[in-house]
Amino acid sequence: MPFIPHTEDDIREMLGVIGVDSIEQLFDEIPSGLKIEALSGVPPALSEMEIQRLMRERAARDEGHLNFIGAGAYEHHIPAAVWEVTTRGEFYSAYTPYQAEASQGTLQLIYEYQSMMAALTGMDVSNASLYDGASAMAEAALMAVRANRASNSGRILVPATVNPAYRRVAHSIAGGQGLEFETVPYCREAGVTLPEALRAWDDADVTALVIQQPNFFGGYEDVAAMTDWARAKGALVIAVVNPISLALLEAPGTWGENGADIACGEGQPLGVPLSSGGPYFGFLACRQALVRQMPGRIVGRTVDLDGRSGFALTLQAREQHIRRSKATSNICTNQGLMVTAATIYMSLLGAEGLARVAAACVANTAELVGRLGSIQGVRRTFSGPYFHESVLSFDHPVAPLLEALAERGILGGYDLSRDYPELGHALLLCATETRTTTDIETYFQALDDVLRHARVA
Amino acid sequence: MSKIPAELKYARTHEWLRPEDDGSVTLGISDHAQEALGDLVFVEIPEVGRSVTPGEACAVVESVKAASDVYSPIAGEVTAVNEALASQPELLNSDPYGEGWIMKIRPASGIETPELLDAKAYAETLED
Repeated sequence: MPFIPHTEDDIREMLGVIGVDSIEQLFDEIPSGLKIEALSGVPPALSEMEIQRLMRERAARDEGHLNFIGAGAYEHHIPAAVWEVTTRGEFYSAYTPYQAEASQGTLQLIYEYQSMMAALTGMDVSNASLYDGASAMAEAALMAVRANRASNSGRILVPATVNPAYRRVAHSIAGGQGLEFETVPYCREAGVTLPEALRAWDDADVTALVIQQPNFFGGYEDVAAMTDWARAKGALVIAVVNPISLALLEAPGTWGENGADIACGEGQPLGVPLSSGGPYFGFLACRQALVRQMPGRIVGRTVDLDGRSGFALTLQAREQHIRRSKATSNICTNQGLMVTAATIYMSLLGAEGLARVAAACVANTAELVGRLGSIQGVRRTFSGPYFHESVLSFDHPVAPLLEALAERGILGGYDLSRDYPELGHALLLCATETRTTTDIETYFQALDDVLRHARVA
Repeated sequence: MSKIPAELKYARTHEWLRPEDDGSVTLGISDHAQEALGDLVFVEIPEVGRSVTPGEACAVVESVKAASDVYSPIAGEVTAVNEALASQPELLNSDPYGEGWIMKIRPASGIETPELLDAKAYAETLED
């Protein structure tokens, strides 16, 4: 059943009013070379029964594994109340509703979300959320170019320690808009960006510097030195952060002398299940001075004619439905449902609960790394301290190792060989608060066993 | 009926220009434009020293219902901007031809272009 309410007659009548022969004619301004005539990669439609069965079979493949993969998406415990409340009919919408002000409860929830994210990141203002962490970083880069008018280069420095998927997405979204992403090399021994590496751009016009903390390897960047270097030369600082880590680490708003300008990242750790990769949500917060260049929507608190407090969408004049092609972003909504879950998650845990989750992750990952590192042929790749992820090096390729572990019900980590071939056989792994000492012991036994067989073979 | 001072030049996109004694040209938006936009909440002004070309968007005026570009009708360099607008964007509503000026431009050449209208011609465009 097609969900299109217009009949052929309706369509003909509407086209007649505006003096156009066909719907296709409305798209004439798009060059024909950019149009795709047929979607060759899309298989024929399945029936509801067939698709349900296919999805159940695929979902079953995700179950029953012990998960030690992080790399940007994290398995955390989600209190049952989070999705019980989130999926109530009153909240159950993917977006900010149309005629938003008619839904004061939804707007209040988004307002509470923004307040929590602003507090967590140490920034003045947060938007109502974006699609995911990677696109949030791309939006932050575009925002920096608009906001930093003293810089004309569009040059964004991105350390190699920033999530490789984020870097690819940023290039896809913003690369065609005149932004130049340049990679800052990292220290092979410590797995972090050395502030000295930035000296190569001392005399360059830099629009913004991206800093991920903790970085993709789980290590700690010298955020104070990097932030101060950037700000001293008039570049904006874009912080890419894990919201769970902010319960323990310094908030981007207080990095260095003056703090970061924009903080963004992936919100999934806050009560959103892994779900084979999504939907997740991105967050983006900034200083007050940059708010007019911030993409997405913002809910503000105000008073009505009678002085009663209420909530309203604000700064809409910059959004796509009003400012068209000159909008701050093509994003004109938010991830409403995920934000609902995150807001309930944060309010259930509170600052102390979030800090306890973060501390448990750190302790479990340290235990995991220590235990696995005691196996012959397994060693830490980098020397420095780390948050809830770290890298281990092996003598043999990681891919077959991960396959052997998966056969034993263990998702052993993220193979770094594609994104960081210079590291050799390296594995990024993570143990959140959901991994017990028994889980870690299970991983240890399995890995020890697999490597023993490999040595014999 | 909106005010259209006789001594100013106007663009079809509702900017006004006033030649000053020092050779610079002051630019703002017309009374009609501020009335159509409604209460202004923010004015984004360019950096001093920026060069502009005819028809180039050089400022943004934002009201509660729309954000619109302000175009420079002439080529030149921005020599001054109205800093007061940062904290008092409402000056554009209350005094569009005075306190609500947006920027001063040093023209690259003369400002007599066929695109610029006198008060009478601008008034006629508003009647259409």
